[in-house]
Amino acid sequence: MSDLTAIIGLEVHIQLATQSKIFSSSATETGQAPNSLTDPVTLGLPGVLPVLNKAVVDYAIKLGLATNCKIREKSIFARKHYTYPDLPKGYQISQHDKPTCYEGWLNIRVNKQSKKIGITRIQLEEDTGKNIHLANEPFSLIDLNRAGVPLLEIVSEPDMRLPEEAGAYLRILHQLVKYLNICNGNMEEGNFRCDANVSVMQANAQEFGTRVEIKNLNSFKHVEKALAFEIEQQKKLIEQGVTIIQETKLWDEVNEVTKSMRSKEYSADYRFFPEPDLLPLIIDENWIANIKDNMPELPSQTFERLVDTYKLDEYSAELLISDKYVADYFEKALTSHYNPNGISNWITTELFGRLNKESMEFLDCPVSPKSIAILVKLIDTGIISGKIAKTVFDIMWRTGKDPQSIVKEQNLIQISDNIFIQEIIDSVLKQNPTQLQTYKAGKVQLFSYFVGQAMKASNDKVNPELLNEMLKKTLEQ
Amino acid sequence: MNDLTTLSILEMRQGLVASEFSATELTHAHLDKIKETNPKYNSFLRVTEELALTQAKAADEKIAKDKNNTPLLTGIPVAIKDQLVINGIESTCASKILKGFIPPYTCTAVEKLIQAGAVILGKTNQDEFAMGSSGENSAFGITRNPINTDYVPGGSSSGSAVAVAAGQAPLSLGTDTGGSIRQPASFTGIVGIKPTYGRVSRNGAVAFASSLDQIGLFARNVKDIAIGLKYIAGHDPRDSTSMDIEVPDYLKNIDTAFPKIKNLRIGIPKEYFTSGINPEVEQVLRNKIQQLKSLGINLVEISLQHTEISIAAYYIIACAEAASNLARFDGVRYGWRSKSANNIQEVFEKSRAEGFGDEVKRRILLGNYVLSAGYYDAYYKKGLKARTLIIKDFQEAFKDCDIIVTPVAPTTAFKFGDKSMSPLEMYLSDAFTVPCSLAGLPGISIPCGKDSKGLPIGMQLIGKAFSEVLLLSTAHHFYKN
Repeated sequence: MSDLTAIIGLEVHIQLATQSKIFSSSATETGQAPNSLTDPVTLGLPGVLPVLNKAVVDYAIKLGLATNCKIREKSIFARKHYTYPDLPKGYQISQHDKPTCYEGWLNIRVNKQSKKIGITRIQLEEDTGKNIHLANEPFSLIDLNRAGVPLLEIVSEPDMRLPEEAGAYLRILHQLVKYLNICNGNMEEGNFRCDANVSVMQANAQEFGTRVEIKNLNSFKHVEKALAFEIEQQKKLIEQGVTIIQETKLWDEVNEVTKSMRSKEYSADYRFFPEPDLLPLIIDENWIANIKDNMPELPSQTFERLVDTYKLDEYSAELLISDKYVADYFEKALTSHYNPNGISNWITTELFGRLNKESMEFLDCPVSPKSIAILVKLIDTGIISGKIAKTVFDIMWRTGKDPQSIVKEQNLIQISDNIFIQEIIDSVLKQNPTQLQTYKAGKVQLFSYFVGQAMKASNDKVNPELLNEMLKKTLEQ
Repeated sequence: MNDLTTLSILEMRQGLVASEFSATELTHAHLDKIKETNPKYNSFLRVTEELALTQAKAADEKIAKDKNNTPLLTGIPVAIKDQLVINGIESTCASKILKGFIPPYTCTAVEKLIQAGAVILGKTNQDEFAMGSSGENSAFGITRNPINTDYVPGGSSSGSAVAVAAGQAPLSLGTDTGGSIRQPASFTGIVGIKPTYGRVSRNGAVAFASSLDQIGLFARNVKDIAIGLKYIAGHDPRDSTSMDIEVPDYLKNIDTAFPKIKNLRIGIPKEYFTSGINPEVEQVLRNKIQQLKSLGINLVEISLQHTEISIAAYYIIACAEAASNLARFDGVRYGWRSKSANNIQEVFEKSRAEGFGDEVKRRILLGNYVLSAGYYDAYYKKGLKARTLIIKDFQEAFKDCDIIVTPVAPTTAFKFGDKSMSPLEMYLSDAFTVPCSLAGLPGISIPCGKDSKGLPIGMQLIGKAFSEVLLLSTAHHFYKN
């Protein structure tokens, strides 16, 4: 069998979370009535001109700096022409040979190995509207609310070789834009979109194979699956001696296959030329310095801080920085009760587990950081046991009440009263004479049986450590 | 009462302030003139009588209240090229594709005139989408030259030129991309200015060639132009290419700026007197230039050596931008939509095929061709290089002179149909106006004589960027003498 390697490059489009559109003052919200977020510029009416929204440039510089890109001193907007009903002007204002950010990179980790993925360019452009096709109607509808929403297109170098590497790159990039607070990052709503270019070649070949572009990839999983499918497909064809043709494919997520959409035989001629309605975008050192001074902490920096300051293990720190909100949540919790490991454990096990079970986003978590902190404090101070805490957590999740009132209302305070505990022990041993004899005969494993019986008798309220200690003493007598 | 439609703006102002006549009377006089003469000239596509009379009445009230604190343009009637949109008033660019289009916003320059108290008489005829040099390319009929109605008035701002020449308005707005104000001003015997690129906001001027388009003015004398320019110039946040440079009082400086410069040097580019200029035009112009010596100026022969390639560069760049700018007219959101289209592709194709006139289609084809893959370097990129050379020509020339004087057009007005069959010949009639446009410089056309048929001959004065104060003052002194 021949030794074939896949070459993967990704194009990511992120919608920027600016208040207004890239070239007009129309708002950028979602979920509004069709065509309500439009103005003459958005509609492409004659005689109106684009005016660049400076916030978009701020966001681009932020991402450029965070991805180790060079920031171009003088970038040029260009018109990209094609005809489609959702493109009001007949051209998209984009960038062509002078994008604002270029030559950057991101580090990914796959199979415990670090790898640098190059970023060719990050360019500013405007989004298009949406065509809405109705069943059983001879016409389609157009919603231009999205037209003119600012986009950054992030083009990677063809540096990835495995679908998992593509997945890792996307996750890192996604995490980054969330940390920078420049994109809502909702893939299903199209805030964060990805097209993948993939080709296959002999491992020792000098030139890449013919590439296929895959569109409609709206989750990290789908990107990985689609790439894996397409790579296998191309390998098979190559081994059969079939020539790969350059084409665009769609990922069919139901059948988990890539399907041909259009071949590049009639490749579009976009007739790019410099946008005469906009002056060259000049970014001086002051502008960049100003953005640098106001840069939020990046995930890698948060990671280091969590490990250094709070002495967390790397695995927990990795979990906590996966989402900016989680890291924030963690640190907020610490202000109510300082037990980094305890709180980290509760977040990464109980909280994550519950969110996962309910298919919820972290942002929608009904338990406040303060409540989690207090819960851990109740355990740490011996007021409740770890086991009871799980019950309390469950009630917190369902009712949103704070842990202290739950413990009080439900009478869940842990019992550390020696006389009371001794009474329970004595009664348990009395009720189980056979087991007691067996134990004394040498079957020490029965110790946990007595613990269980005593806990049960106290409705799980006795302090388990104290119980252990006293039971041991009693049995030794 | 005298014929109010022959007065200058300053005379109208005096009459209004002295209560010799009201703005309403002044407006009526012009509306009557339009009613009487428009069937002959077809210079107006739409007369906004109701709006004009409302504005005139408001002007009268302001003058009655506090006449000395009203802007100079209060109650002065103006005409607007159809290329410039006005909120609520049909704006078509003389194209079928925009028939019935009522914009929900007003062109900045027009808005500024309205704020200064001007009275909007209506929208004027033009070559479709400002593409043409004769006024023959309107979807709504040709515009005729009032000097002799057998002759074209020039273009593309044909109606705005004719309106001023025929006394239908003392002031009008036009657009000039490659000569569309200066050339019709020359053909109709009036004054027309194309300001420096970036001097006047392009917001609300339907784009033909964005890097060249500039809104300008027509009037019957230079002072009136100076008055108008002050109001329409200035930075506009809605146009990133409009420059944030202070707007001087052009009228205040008009008598003084020119004489202030001792030994003003006038550059005469030799290339403009060799390439196909009509001998009669050349003679009149040379005589006039000689006469100017009496004003104490120095004549300097200069060279603008890339003049010859400017027509080619201009038509490449202008058509490329036009093809792009006109892509939005697709029949989807507004304007003409073909009634026989059966699918979206046909909506695009048929609406455009039916909506655009021949000249517009020719330029869209040309423009898309020069931008297409494989031809971009050979045409568009070369066009840009040529433009850079032309800009450098002017920079060099202005080291030796303060103002450049040239003919406006190689010929005087021609007869209808004379050139419309040969696009190339029509394009060549812009040879003297496009270099100034490509360089983004201000140019003004003033009358300097007539040919043997009695047709006006214009003189073009070109200044350095944003030198309108000196340009207007010089033009004023030349015109006066």
